Amino acid sequence: MAHADHGPKFLQHHFDTPSQQFTAAKLGMWLFLAQEILFFSGLFVAYFIFRSWYPEAFSIGSHLLDWRMGAANTVVLLLSSFTAAMAVRSAQVGDRKATGNYLLLTMVFAAVFMVVKYFEYAHKIHVGFLPGGHFAPTEEGMRELAEAVGTSFHGEGVAYHLRSYFGIYFVMTGIHGLHVLVGIGLMFWLWLKNRRGEFSKEYFTPVDCTALYWHLVDLIWIYLFPLLYLID
Amino acid sequence: MSAQAEATAPATQDSPEGANYLTHERGLKSWLTTVDHKRIGIMYLIAVIIGFLGGGIFALLVRTELLFPGETIMEADTYNQMFTLHGAVMIFLFIIPSIPAALGNFFLPMMLGTKDVAFPRLNLASFYIFVFGAVLALVAIVVGRVDTGWTFYTPFSVREAGISNAVLWMTMAVFIMGFSSILTGVNFIATVHTMRAPGLHWRRLPLFIWGVYATAVIQVLATPVLAITVLLLFMENILGIGIFNPQLGGDPVLFQHFFWFYSHPAVYIMILPGMAVESEIIATFSRRSIFGYMFVAMSSVAIALISFLVWGHHMFTSGMSEYAAMVFSGLTFLVAIPSAVKIFNWVATLYGGSISVKSPMLYGLSFIVLFSIGGLTGLSLATLSTDIHLHDTYFVVAHFHYTMVGGTVIAFLGGLHYWWPKMTGKMYSEKLAITAWFFVFVGFNVTFISQFIMGSQGMPRRYYDYQDQYQPLHMSSSGGAYILGVGFLIMGYMFLKSLRSGEKAPPNPWGSAGFEWQSTSPPHPHNFAEEPTMNRGPYDYPLATEEELWDGFPEDFKPSKAKAEA
Repeated sequence: MAHADHGPKFLQHHFDTPSQQFTAAKLGMWLFLAQEILFFSGLFVAYFIFRSWYPEAFSIGSHLLDWRMGAANTVVLLLSSFTAAMAVRSAQVGDRKATGNYLLLTMVFAAVFMVVKYFEYAHKIHVGFLPGGHFAPTEEGMRELAEAVGTSFHGEGVAYHLRSYFGIYFVMTGIHGLHVLVGIGLMFWLWLKNRRGEFSKEYFTPVDCTALYWHLVDLIWIYLFPLLYLID
Repeated sequence: MSAQAEATAPATQDSPEGANYLTHERGLKSWLTTVDHKRIGIMYLIAVIIGFLGGGIFALLVRTELLFPGETIMEADTYNQMFTLHGAVMIFLFIIPSIPAALGNFFLPMMLGTKDVAFPRLNLASFYIFVFGAVLALVAIVVGRVDTGWTFYTPFSVREAGISNAVLWMTMAVFIMGFSSILTGVNFIATVHTMRAPGLHWRRLPLFIWGVYATAVIQVLATPVLAITVLLLFMENILGIGIFNPQLGGDPVLFQHFFWFYSHPAVYIMILPGMAVESEIIATFSRRSIFGYMFVAMSSVAIALISFLVWGHHMFTSGMSEYAAMVFSGLTFLVAIPSAVKIFNWVATLYGGSISVKSPMLYGLSFIVLFSIGGLTGLSLATLSTDIHLHDTYFVVAHFHYTMVGGTVIAFLGGLHYWWPKMTGKMYSEKLAITAWFFVFVGFNVTFISQFIMGSQGMPRRYYDYQDQYQPLHMSSSGGAYILGVGFLIMGYMFLKSLRSGEKAPPNPWGSAGFEWQSTSPPHPHNFAEEPTMNRGPYDYPLATEEELWDGFPEDFKPSKAKAEA
């Protein structure tokens, strides 16, 4: 190969040194994360605007969610962030087996998160707590609603605006869930690469960058949990 | 990962004599799978020129319909689609990618003295994402009526639910093309930070790079907000989530806030690269260093930052708190400062320069005049009281065409003329180029000065029909549009002729000290035969040797007739 003298195999032809390649990749990833934050920022702005308009609907809405499931998912995601960080560390010290195991654990935690999310979604859909125009609680849904409303119920208007709360809930958690799925896909890709022995003490950039992405997905959930589940 | 990059990377040292990026590999496949930033730049160039042609045809149809009051060539419904498509196609398929993705891709790595952008495969991916988005936009045009104006305001854009609503397809197309723009921005920022040649520190960075860099910052930070906005609009259409649709408890003004939070910075995504090209042209054809280099560079960054704080000025009549309107008005005036800094510095560069008025410079000088008119009329729109009168009239249309066409398109054309010899290795007929410029300049001014006048007289924009009193002005505006069209036809002929039978271009036909001219024409597959070291800035004419000014860096030296011609 003409590039035999160019440096290690993982070094792309247009970079001079591995450290230049690493810096570029890391910077690129941070920039991508910046755009992710701006992407979610639109949703957070919408959340705060609707919450300030319909504070009662949001308060009731949060009682209709199961905070235990949300809390469990928060713990699961925090654990997965820890294992992702450990995967990076194992890759950095060149421990291939540990890297693979930590990646696997991260995927398992992420999958647990999605399973819990599935049960939450299924229940909401079952009782008719759907976004916007589809909001139509069934009898069971009405019972849950009455229970959640307690004494602070002020008539039809509040129940009407629950559709906005569930609009926000489904969009925010749905887009976050998509990010979790993408994360699982990336971890699996890393796991395959790791099994082929592509990572070493000198080259662990993809593990590092994917872990950054994963921490951001985790971080967004840490905001979503109190904002959606723990309103008063 | 590296295997693929290596497969397409030719051997540096054993390239045959005279090999360049166009000839070192041949065949359609070598183009479609290339990771060479120069080839990707050329593919973008072809794509945006097709977009420009389409948008231009829509514009001519709109102007023809408006020749006379009442129905001239099409029904009101068709007319609504025509002006919407003109706007959407010109903005998303032409202006936004025009300079950064086409010229930027080609010249950013060359000006940095590096082989490629930081992420070449991501670069190719953004091109294909762009093409996919463009195809979706085409689908939208074919499946139904896109007639909301390019702004897709709710509730008009959510009036028909379901996939039969063509707006849905169009917004998806915008979403996807937005990601192409974001990825290009990420790529450029990382490239500028990590790939500069030895000796090329930030104070030596060409002003083109500064402009494209500031653009990239906006692309990365503003475009995702558009992405989430159109995604919400998409879900509003499909699922009825009740965020923008007032019938479901949503807020249509929230859509306007979201939309303009992106789309105002987006007009700086459009104009900053134009300013970037302008600095290069003015420096080269004045043969001297840009006056106040650091001010010009920093004004790009300042414009990028202020651009995030002014979106409310699109909504003075939309139902916003009047105190918010006052703040937005004040912030909008601030944009004039860095813009004026640039104009004054370019004029100061001309002063005492050794000016040669070649065709790129004609566009360069036109830019200063036209952009000044566009910028100054913007101030009367930023003033709350006058805006109430001028809002949604042809005055606004003329204002943004003076900045977008008089600014960006003129700069794009200037850049195309300026770098054409470098990109294609061919010269073009200067006589034809000047003729085309004359038609473009005259046609453009006739079109839009008429619109300034009728706007100030109260002619609302987007109207299909109008009162007889506006007929002469509409007529002259349409006449100007035809002159402009003739100008582009001549230009198209001129460039095609150059491709087929143009004279071979020397490495540095304009005698520029810029780094991109130090390579062969067309450039070596790796841009420079050996990685250059920058011992001077791109505008340091006193420090550049004769060889550099006419034949490129010594290691790329190829005997040429340039000196004799000079």
